[in-house]
Amino acid sequence: MTTVSLTVNGQSVTADVDPRTLLVQFLRDNLRLTGTHVGCDTSQCGACVVHLNGQAVKSCTTLAVQANASVITTIEGISQGGELHPMQAAFREHHGLQCGYCTPGMIMSAIDIVNRKGNTLDEQTIRAELEGNLCRCTGYHNIVKAVAAGAQGMAQTPLQQAAE
Amino acid sequence: MTETGIGAPVRRKEDQRFVTGQGRYVDDFNRPGQAHAYFLRSPHAHAAIRSIDTGPATIMPGVIAVFTGDDLAADKIGGLICGWMIHSKDGSPMKAGPHPALAQGKVRYVGDHVAVVIAETLAQAKDAAEAIVVDYDVLPAVVETAQATKTPVQVHEVSADNTVFNWHLGNKDETEAAFARAKHVTKIDLVNNRLVPNPIEPRAAVGEYDFGTDNYTLYTTSQNPHVARLVLSAFIGVAPEHKLRVIAPDVGGGFGSKIFIYAEETVCVWAAKKVKRPVKWTSDRSEAFLSDAHGRDHVTHAEMATDENGKIIGLRVHTTANLGAYLSTFSSSVPTYLYAPLLSGQYDIPAIYCEVDGVYTNTAPVDAYRGAGRPEATFVVERLVEKTARELGQNPAEFRRKNYITQFPHATPVIMTYDTGDYAASLDKALEISDYKNFDSRKQESARRGKLRGIGFSSYIEACGIAPSQAVGSLGAGVGLWESAEVRVNPTGSVEVLTGSHSHGQGHETTFAQLVSDRLGISIDQVSIVHGDTDKVQFGMGTYGSRSGAVGMSAIAKAVDKVIAKGKKVAAHVFEASEGDIEFKDGRFGVAGTDRSMAFGEIALQAYIAHKFSGQDLEPGLKEGAFYDPTNFTFPAGVHICEVEIDPDTGVTKIERWTAVDDFGVIINPMIVEGQVHGGIAQGVGQALLEGAVYDQSGQLITASFNDYCMPRAIDLPSFQVGMTTTPCPSNPLGIKGCGEAGAIAAPPAVINAITDALGHEDIAMPATPQAVWRAAQKARMPMAAE
Repeated sequence: MTTVSLTVNGQSVTADVDPRTLLVQFLRDNLRLTGTHVGCDTSQCGACVVHLNGQAVKSCTTLAVQANASVITTIEGISQGGELHPMQAAFREHHGLQCGYCTPGMIMSAIDIVNRKGNTLDEQTIRAELEGNLCRCTGYHNIVKAVAAGAQGMAQTPLQQAAE
Repeated sequence: MTETGIGAPVRRKEDQRFVTGQGRYVDDFNRPGQAHAYFLRSPHAHAAIRSIDTGPATIMPGVIAVFTGDDLAADKIGGLICGWMIHSKDGSPMKAGPHPALAQGKVRYVGDHVAVVIAETLAQAKDAAEAIVVDYDVLPAVVETAQATKTPVQVHEVSADNTVFNWHLGNKDETEAAFARAKHVTKIDLVNNRLVPNPIEPRAAVGEYDFGTDNYTLYTTSQNPHVARLVLSAFIGVAPEHKLRVIAPDVGGGFGSKIFIYAEETVCVWAAKKVKRPVKWTSDRSEAFLSDAHGRDHVTHAEMATDENGKIIGLRVHTTANLGAYLSTFSSSVPTYLYAPLLSGQYDIPAIYCEVDGVYTNTAPVDAYRGAGRPEATFVVERLVEKTARELGQNPAEFRRKNYITQFPHATPVIMTYDTGDYAASLDKALEISDYKNFDSRKQESARRGKLRGIGFSSYIEACGIAPSQAVGSLGAGVGLWESAEVRVNPTGSVEVLTGSHSHGQGHETTFAQLVSDRLGISIDQVSIVHGDTDKVQFGMGTYGSRSGAVGMSAIAKAVDKVIAKGKKVAAHVFEASEGDIEFKDGRFGVAGTDRSMAFGEIALQAYIAHKFSGQDLEPGLKEGAFYDPTNFTFPAGVHICEVEIDPDTGVTKIERWTAVDDFGVIINPMIVEGQVHGGIAQGVGQALLEGAVYDQSGQLITASFNDYCMPRAIDLPSFQVGMTTTPCPSNPLGIKGCGEAGAIAAPPAVINAITDALGHEDIAMPATPQAVWRAAQKARMPMAAE
């Protein structure tokens, strides 16, 4: 067993883990943060995307020990004071989800896209940047609309973005 | 229309939990004392099992038990079943081979279940599975659909040539006569490629047994938990029906693949009692590729006869349908009664004859996948119609229009009676939205850039709202396909609706609440939808075949009507008026012709406090149930137009425009309906351009991960232009036809018709990958060089 210490959604966490434990297993099994999902075993689907030190990573392809001393944000950690994060609100408003299984990863990826590409995103950019996330329900049509709107929403709420 | 009533694009109630990571899927459930199951699967497509030595595995760290098929047999656990009996042309019943949950003596596809290890952790179970010694006698395998009956390989003892059934539908003599007098006959050979459903949530199961009460609980990724309970109890014999609770909580997509009752959940429930611990299994994606039931996989030759006026006068079809190594739960119905009855499409075709040979191969079982039979039928009809129009030198839109059914009801030669529709209206709207009249100039503009532009139509129809119980019973179904609902009104006037439908992305918690809120005149927030738990919902047939609106909501409407009727009785006592004088309008019960009225919630309270009537006159309480059995299938139909641009140098096909005009009858929530259309189109485009399950000759699945099986990504798809036309469905009280499968049915022929239009020849198969399209484009450029 190996000891890992990290910050998850603003809280300090220390645990002994089997060295082969993946970050997603640590989040789901140890911390019971089950919003982060596993949809594949080849790092393709993106249902497991979380932020590690502010950048999107696939937590199925990250060892828990690699996240030692880092700051992790999951889908459970982005809304503030009961208010949805603008990207969460945009997915809801634009029907960017159906079964909801890919949604946490989509939202975490989308926030990362905005962080990297800014608040005004054209359709082609969004589609290309969603390369690492699979959705089987929506045909992406409304996800693209949601990401564009969420990006605009994030521009209007700088405090929330900063909290990310 | 109110802001939340029928027809309003209400934002989904369920989304709050999904966007915040609070959805509860099966893998999110962990039971106290839970152990983990891992299935040892066959690495061979076909092998006799000489022996299995589980000894080395049982002494591995953390191992609680290792079970094989012998252990299940010792406990008299039955095999998995196929619930739809198909009879061959000669009247003989289909040849159903045994389907044990864990192999007994033989494995028949790569991924077949050989043994299960139950351990303290999943990692320990996986490690121990590697220590199981299986002595296989590897046998030759049959993999290809078209070769299944032409090989000495025998998958099941019950079938010498791997035939499951030789089935037919239609009138052979009339069809032959039509072809004899035809002016023109168009022929086509088609492969409907095998697909892997791939909902993003893999299947999972947690079995639990309570020794105190003798109760079993199964958490499972199911589209129809009551059907799962029925099959697990009545047929497989894992537990008595009244002692088995099946819970299907949030389920992350199904597309048909979560209808079926699989080996894994069977074993988890059974093993929980054996090891006296809850037993959990979660599929990984590789297992899902191997063992989720696949879809499609047809090889078809079809011919269309036309007369001197360009009218279609006959259609004959021969299809070989690969059913895989075992008959999955509804597999036999998919290439038969969900397929051939749709071969008339939207067209007035006087004579149709279809033969279907169902065959076994050493591949994963094949069963219903989004559309289930109807996409395969539509692909045949719409490819043939397109090719016929081209051969006759007719405009494909106008050729379709000339042959459309225009009078309703219309009885086809293949047992369906279409109730209503206006196919020309959808075509006109689609032509307008797609700017068809300017297509030629766009094509020329593409040509100037060295690109090939093509346009493809798909005038699809589907039969859904599945289904009238008596009708499907006469066709071989083992169950009725009605739906149930219970509307429980609380003393405060809030309402719980218990439904046998199951939502795994369809948004029932919103649309069903819209209906009830609209009918009862109460806020949508006062309505909770309860589903997916056999202890709460008495019975239900679940969600598939675009049936939850047309059938599930009709049951709810019926129960709501009963609630209103009971409410009127209560109100009559409260107002001391005649029951016949009580009106219910805008959420209030009132006495006709007076200003005396009370809100729905006030009457609900009166029903429960029961101070205004005696128990002899009226039962207290306000709770009603209903079963609704449809009187006909519903027939959603529409026109999709796909416009592509092909780069002949790279073979890349880019979808430039997608127009969908659908007639779904009455729509409860257009936002959700459009979302269903988008998702269906994406799966259809995936089939046409990207997806295909490929087995090698030895039966190894080559495309067994998302690295190898090409799922549609955002960059592969355009935004869609979606329009609607409406002819209300006359056969259910809400006028709903259903929308869940339309896109997946319509899309594949639209794409291939567009590609073949661009190429100028018909020689392209699905998936039309860049490599395939490049080859086809070279053939178009230099026909000789590509030979």
